[in-house]
Amino acid sequence: MSATLETAVKEICQAYGNDRMRMMDIVRDVQAKLGCVDSQAMSLIASEVSAHRVEVESLVSFYAFLSTKPTGKVVIRLCDDIIDEMKGSKQVAEALKDELGIDFGETTADGLFSLEYTPCIGMCDQAPAALINDVVLPKLSGDIARAAVRTLRENPDPVMLVKDLGDGNNSHDLVRSAVNNNIRQKGEVIFADMDPGEGLKKALALSPAEVIREVKTSRLRGRGGAGFPCGMKWEFTRGAEGDQKYIICNADEGEPGTFKDRGILTEKPSLVFEGMAIGGYAIGADTGIVYLRAEYAYLRAFLENVLSEMRNNGLLGNNILGKEGFNFDIRIQMGAGAYICGEESALISSCEGLRGDPKNRPPFPAQKGYLQCPTSVNNVETLCCVARIMEKGSAWFSQTGSDGSTGTKLLSISGDCSRPGIYEAPFGITVKEMLELCGAVDAIAVQIGGASGQMICPDSYDDKICYDHIATGGSVMVFGPSRNILEVAAKFMEFFVEESCGYCTPCRVGNTLLLNGLEKIIAGKGEVADLAYLESLGESVKIASRCGLGQTSPNPVLTTLKNFRSSYEALLTEAVEGKQPTFDIKAALNDAETIIGRKSVHFKG
Amino acid sequence: MAKPKLATTSLAGCFGCHMAILDIDDRILKLVELIDFDKSPVDDIKEFTGPVDIGLIEGGCCNEENVKVLQDFRKHCKVLISIGDCAINGGIPAMRNNIPLKECLEEAYLNGPTVHNPSNQIPNDDELPLILNRVYPASEIVKIDYHLPGCPPPADTLWEALVALLTDKPVALPYELVKYD
Repeated sequence: MSATLETAVKEICQAYGNDRMRMMDIVRDVQAKLGCVDSQAMSLIASEVSAHRVEVESLVSFYAFLSTKPTGKVVIRLCDDIIDEMKGSKQVAEALKDELGIDFGETTADGLFSLEYTPCIGMCDQAPAALINDVVLPKLSGDIARAAVRTLRENPDPVMLVKDLGDGNNSHDLVRSAVNNNIRQKGEVIFADMDPGEGLKKALALSPAEVIREVKTSRLRGRGGAGFPCGMKWEFTRGAEGDQKYIICNADEGEPGTFKDRGILTEKPSLVFEGMAIGGYAIGADTGIVYLRAEYAYLRAFLENVLSEMRNNGLLGNNILGKEGFNFDIRIQMGAGAYICGEESALISSCEGLRGDPKNRPPFPAQKGYLQCPTSVNNVETLCCVARIMEKGSAWFSQTGSDGSTGTKLLSISGDCSRPGIYEAPFGITVKEMLELCGAVDAIAVQIGGASGQMICPDSYDDKICYDHIATGGSVMVFGPSRNILEVAAKFMEFFVEESCGYCTPCRVGNTLLLNGLEKIIAGKGEVADLAYLESLGESVKIASRCGLGQTSPNPVLTTLKNFRSSYEALLTEAVEGKQPTFDIKAALNDAETIIGRKSVHFKG
Repeated sequence: MAKPKLATTSLAGCFGCHMAILDIDDRILKLVELIDFDKSPVDDIKEFTGPVDIGLIEGGCCNEENVKVLQDFRKHCKVLISIGDCAINGGIPAMRNNIPLKECLEEAYLNGPTVHNPSNQIPNDDELPLILNRVYPASEIVKIDYHLPGCPPPADTLWEALVALLTDKPVALPYELVKYD
């Protein structure tokens, strides 16, 4: 390593106070500066922050956006989720491969371009999309992709590619993105207008316990998908032992098909931060962390600016809104490309400068979370709701929605519909009403809740979207008559196989077995007994996995087996004389016949 | 009433599982009262004489002959049991599965440090069955009804399982018989 690079790495470490807890930021910056975090850089970082070298390496090797080998100056990450595939990502992939002369996973000889696949980047409503470094290029086609590469050859700054700016704040000077948020229905809670600081002001007039009581009365439940009552979580965190407490905003929306937080963070960021401040006041925390997924890095400068404006306006910082002794500030922690970090304990690991491994529970984060301190991790949308509840009261909030599910829910709808985008709808809306809203006329299936959610069939279109019936963190993917439901399920399973952190066997091995079983059936080699096998295997993976990933990852198989059983049954075959249909003796002998130069005696023809 | 028939074979295994069958010691006399051996190395009967009640498979499949024998067992046996880790998972022979077949053969017959092979040929006679691209567990080739793990499964495990099947009782082996650490 040259002396200049060594100085650069040291400077980066110093910028974060040589704090090993800030390793995520350090390695991200090193990656940006050097194009990789190579062996020497890892050793140097380790000695600068007094960590073991293996700790740095295990971090770097974990996250998809970090690499130990040099990447191109321009890294093209093409989204390969199911919706992008439906909208033509394969053609884009072929065009990119052809134009660059490399395959996915490779870097061009001149060191200018790297080409990679990446799971859902939260742009399903404008698919196919790709990330060019931090710049989002939505609505791609083969031709657009080729043109982009040619432009980048002239000038490798991807910002040059953004011609037409997107809607709303996407055209803000600090965003300047081609993304469109497609907010097609605004409701009263999230997207309605509000005077900044109104919710916080009212909260500070109450005692923290009263704030929590108000949130409890509103019956607000977590919007990330699990639906844990927010007030209860705050009460636990407030009551937990420890002087130092934290509130973390989970802005790592990685569930395929979810892009509602993208809309909030672009259009209503101060509402989120205000909710965090209220949370900080309620639980007794002076620090908040926004864990922002790396895919949304294009929003970072904008969000930092919102934070500094709020500081200027006395909504963050010391003695907020004149409330003596209430100090609260927020920092943004960038992720680095890992679905698992949406799971709260993995997210906390990541904030601590570790691999995104989930932690054992108990203790729950409310007892021992970030840096072993009581921590409340809340979804972006939940925090917005909190600010509104404070502003307008719990009674106002709970009059919308249904009994067990108060308020509105943001739905990010994509797939085979004419109006994909973000919809704020009251809880209790039926699937049918939702499909009418988004212009899905002939949906044969709807995947609700992302890859880990459920695939529902037309029989259930009268069911309501709420925590008691069909729960969702916001992802809705619509599939029309031309789609093969089993292949969609297989695509989701591929995603889980890739994203499993590998820590526990049921998830690491089980998801692969589920995918193999599904592929066997799709290949027309499955039998009746395989359906029962997949069901029992899926249940085992759910029961035995360590965190939410494995506890929900069998859902694509289990819910399609339940709701689309005839699609499976149509593909089944019957074994002849007990022979496994998957075993192909010809293929198994092919190598030997070539090497030895004679045909099989036992298996002729 | 005629006694039930038992057939056994060792495919890509080391015959250790068959040794374990013999390891039931004097109980083999009781076993002979319960069953008749059909095709098996124990009595050296080479071909099936007819349908058989229970087949025991030692070893996975590493060559085409193994496949043929295994399929033949499936055809003739009402109940087919994989015994030992090679039959169940491929075992030691499957260690070659991550190495291309050509490299395996060249290492074994041409390049290995202890190889003496003046003709420099990889054995190739019509009598030699062709090697498969990898070693397959028995259950990937045919349906297997029961798996008795172990390397080898202890004689007591084999005995208890056989007696249960032959006396029409459920195969409920105590923990001690299926515990291997």
